[in-house]
Amino acid sequence: MSVPSVFPQLEQLLPLVSKPIQYVGGELGAVVKDWDAAAVRWALMYPDAYEVGLPNQGVQILYEVLNEQPDVLAERTYAVWPDLEALMREHGVPQFTVDAHRPVREFDVLGVSFATELGYTNMLTALDLAGIPIAADERGEDDPVVLAGGHASFNPEPIADFIDAAVLGDGEEAVLEISAIIRRWKAGGRPGGREELLLRLARTESIYVPRFYDVDYLPDGRIRRVLPNRPDVPFRVAKRTTMDLDAWPYPKKPLVPLAETVHERYAVEIFRGCTRGCRFCQAGMITRPVRERSITTVGQMVQQGLEFSGFSEVGLLSLSSADHSEIGDLCSGLAEQYADTNVSLSLPSTRVDAFNIDLAQELSRNGRRTGLTFAPEGGSERIRKVINKMVTEEDLIRTVVTAYSNGWRQVKLYFMCGLPTETDDDVLQIARMAHEVIKAGRTAAGTKDIRCTVSIGGFVPKPHTPFQWAPMARPEVIDARLKLLKQAINSDRSLGRAIGYRYHDGEPSLIEGLLSRGDRRVGAVIRRAWEKGGRFDGWSEHFSYARWISSAAEVLPEFGVDLDWFTTRERDQSEVLPWDHLDSGLDKDWLWQDWQDALGGYEQDDCRWTPCFDCGVCPSMDTEIQIGPTGRKLLPLTPVTKLRVPA
Amino acid sequence: MARNQPAGGQAPVVQRIRIRYAKRGPLRFTSHRDFARAFERALRRAAVPIAFSQGFTPHPKISYASAAPTGVGSEAEYLEIGLQAEVDPEWLRAALDAALSPGLDVLDAVVAGEGSLADRIDASRWRIELPSVDAAVAEAAVKSFLDAEEVLVERMTKQGRRSFDARSAVTCVAVAGQSALPSEADAAPCAIIDLVVRQVTPAVRPDDVLSGLRVVAGLEPPVPPRVTRLAQGTLSAQGEIVDPLDADREPIPSRTETGAIGGR
Repeated sequence: MSVPSVFPQLEQLLPLVSKPIQYVGGELGAVVKDWDAAAVRWALMYPDAYEVGLPNQGVQILYEVLNEQPDVLAERTYAVWPDLEALMREHGVPQFTVDAHRPVREFDVLGVSFATELGYTNMLTALDLAGIPIAADERGEDDPVVLAGGHASFNPEPIADFIDAAVLGDGEEAVLEISAIIRRWKAGGRPGGREELLLRLARTESIYVPRFYDVDYLPDGRIRRVLPNRPDVPFRVAKRTTMDLDAWPYPKKPLVPLAETVHERYAVEIFRGCTRGCRFCQAGMITRPVRERSITTVGQMVQQGLEFSGFSEVGLLSLSSADHSEIGDLCSGLAEQYADTNVSLSLPSTRVDAFNIDLAQELSRNGRRTGLTFAPEGGSERIRKVINKMVTEEDLIRTVVTAYSNGWRQVKLYFMCGLPTETDDDVLQIARMAHEVIKAGRTAAGTKDIRCTVSIGGFVPKPHTPFQWAPMARPEVIDARLKLLKQAINSDRSLGRAIGYRYHDGEPSLIEGLLSRGDRRVGAVIRRAWEKGGRFDGWSEHFSYARWISSAAEVLPEFGVDLDWFTTRERDQSEVLPWDHLDSGLDKDWLWQDWQDALGGYEQDDCRWTPCFDCGVCPSMDTEIQIGPTGRKLLPLTPVTKLRVPA
Repeated sequence: MARNQPAGGQAPVVQRIRIRYAKRGPLRFTSHRDFARAFERALRRAAVPIAFSQGFTPHPKISYASAAPTGVGSEAEYLEIGLQAEVDPEWLRAALDAALSPGLDVLDAVVAGEGSLADRIDASRWRIELPSVDAAVAEAAVKSFLDAEEVLVERMTKQGRRSFDARSAVTCVAVAGQSALPSEADAAPCAIIDLVVRQVTPAVRPDDVLSGLRVVAGLEPPVPPRVTRLAQGTLSAQGEIVDPLDADREPIPSRTETGAIGGR
């Protein structure tokens, strides 16, 4: 049975909403396949607005990997803005995919990629609009399997009530394995129905099916244990790791939208994983080990990606891009090849290191020197030791002086507030550091016309990090420190004038903290907040702290816990954490030791250049570090001519 | 700071080409800004030797004639580009058409002659489809509109709400008939209005004329009307709209002699 497009109904609503183009599809790189010819059908969702979701690498990669399979079809769906949501409810238009505008409920799987927990309410909206029961245990045989992925799925317990399954880690191979399981199950006449399908997924030992696990609680509210409720599923579910990124050179055909999106560039991951060991960084902990993509594959992907897309910007992405073993050759090679074109290259996520100015200089050979960004993360030497951000103040000053004396006029510095053990003084040191940056920069540049922007985010402790046991600071404490910092920055008017100051208040971070380290009881809070209108919680204009506070206050007392219990409470070593049965490869004893080292101010080196420190990932996941140098050069060595003139 | 300036200048413009393109189907929801970005990417995908402006942030040489509003389809949008190498216009048309999404279709390309494109555009012809509106009802509303000396309508502009006359710029408005489009296969009536509006300031757009029909006759379409720009150009004495590219199609000796390296 073919599934009709809802576009004729949707089309009537589009003139009435803002930015209708985001709902229309028609991107370059988009694929519309024959519904009836597909054995397995995926709807992939990024639970935020199209402008944020479309550029998401994870969704683009899985979309392409799946659609390359002859009998698999994948389409995309994004969160609709409240103006369209209201009209869809009024006119009975269901959640749809942007590719062929098919109703999401008709697919076999709804895969939702959570880069952040703040997308949870948007998933509920999509389920509800799709006509899929929000509670997983109310779903029937015709409903899709709702599958969570992305970094937030390393603790999917807060959404355990709403999802059928979660995949931890890299998705490239996982989606193919899941497709194979569904294909076989459907071809066999769906034996055992939905329950049997979920069981087959769970038996892979790398797909978590929450309904097959029971959580027991202690009288004080802590978790006693999490155990399988049937004998044929594993005690622990392990993450996936894609080895050999050269074998997975995606995206090959990046999606190029007509609508304006947050990133308009061809992005290529130059490596995955990071062992710098910043203790607040969940991404760095859960994506180990480091796996580099070779310089030649990156070069080839850039060339093909630009030819296909027509983008004029290339982003070389990773968690710490300057750490690629051949980053120097890569940057100078690409800069050489694209020197006479109007293509610009960017290298986000670089550490504080003068070497990076060299790289930035290469990359901006034919472009503007608008600004450089560094992330010292902590204002004082002491707090930087706590978070294992091994940057000294001399490093930072030397780096920015190099930048200012090489023509940059604007430097952006990222920090966090609310870090474990943090005092007012640690935060006030940020002001002193910014003043030093401006003083040194003015001398180096020989002009007063330089700027520095201090940007501060709230720290949120995340599962599978050494800070998973840490208490959060209360929003009042954060806000008071941010106010003190502002005063300190402006205490010297001449310097303060050159310093921009951007920060977020502490309230959204506290809610993110609840959703990050919550357990299954937090699901009731999410549902209540959504019922009260919670949407787009990552957007300050839509986020309502009061809504979350009241939702938590209404549903948590029944369990004998509250918002503070989940956020500002410090956990001890013996506590069973909600995600202990989910295996990121990190050894819990190692994480605890690293937490103790943090409190003692002891730093931890990077295992790429020093001996293994036994974080546990490689042996337990049967993986290894994959780094160069390969010694190869970028091919072709001839520069790309400015423009081909057709023959 | 001089060392931060890009070295060298940009290659000069050696050829100008005027292009007619369409916004069709779902892609009529493309805004002008969206189209402009997509067009620049299409130039790169098709490896068109576009010329760039001088300076710190070089921009491709593209200029647009007045663009149809977002959500309005068009068969007659125009732009002009400057090239740093000569190409065959038909090659360019096909290459750009292939490089843009289906629905953003490049229909025509000619080497620019004398005069400016803007000087040849002073009016547009629009088709307004009014699903679920009976032709007789539309007919009556159009008659009231034509009978009026002046029809004041309001629209939100960047300067706030402003009121202006929607009548005087309209040179022709008529109910062209009642048709069931293939897409609107259900038997519901669909009045079709044929409209010619002169380019004036402030611009009178099809939705302003629809506002005018509401003002004079209370015409309230139950579903959003579907509007398409059919033509743009010079309004002839006979009331026809002359394609602004026609004048460029006259042979221009200086151009044809040099030939085009992009020719096929």
